[in-house]
Amino acid sequence: MKDVKSPASKNTTPGKGGLNAEIQSRIGHQLRAMYDDVVRQGVPERFAELIRKLDVPEDTSQVGDNGGSNEQNGRE
Amino acid sequence: MPLTESLRDDILASVPSLRAFAISLSGNGDRADDLVQETLLRALANIDSFQPGSNLPAWLFTILRNLFRSDYRKRRREVEDAEGNYAKTLKTQPAQNAHLEFEEFRVALDKLPQDQREALILVGASGFSYEDAAAICGCAVGTIKSRVNRARSKLAALLYVDGAEDFGPDETVRAVIGGNG
Repeated sequence: MKDVKSPASKNTTPGKGGLNAEIQSRIGHQLRAMYDDVVRQGVPERFAELIRKLDVPEDTSQVGDNGGSNEQNGRE
Repeated sequence: MPLTESLRDDILASVPSLRAFAISLSGNGDRADDLVQETLLRALANIDSFQPGSNLPAWLFTILRNLFRSDYRKRRREVEDAEGNYAKTLKTQPAQNAHLEFEEFRVALDKLPQDQREALILVGASGFSYEDAAAICGCAVGTIKSRVNRARSKLAALLYVDGAEDFGPDETVRAVIGGNG
């Protein structure tokens, strides 16, 4: 995922699907660059907290508050 | 299976890619994080239906995708409106830098039909196999393949025909894209 800006080169021969290989790989790079940009942001505190609050069954004493609807979440 | 600590950690570890998927689908960061939150709550509430040993990311992605689709229609119109205006401003000026190119890509991606966009993202960015992507989308593997191909063709047409001079393609490219669209 480095530079997605490499200029289109001479090898613009059409690929099998009718799409030129250079363009296909550009699309792939840009798609992953966009996606990985978000992945690299990690887990926002908001979600870490939400998940942490839901205790595993051994200890159901502090089943999470997630906007008020706690009751159904910790029970099975 | 019941929620164990390791399962909880695995869910946490899936959050970054769930967010990336949500943002790619919705094109909107705030909306995406709401989707992720709903997904996590739903997953945790239904954790008993998760089969131990099966693909946790695929299970979570399926939930997120279904949530997204369930309220996609109501939001679609406003989103398209915003895109249309934004796309117009982009068209009046040449792509001058990587940032603009990136934005252009975003806008083009958002223009794909939803089925094609999600297939392309799942396979091309999330790294799911065609089989997993088909399971997530509830369709046949062949359907996923053809959606991915159509998505690529359409993106190529959107991105590399109008702004062709930015990338310096020759006539062959235009002919190929033109013949394909």
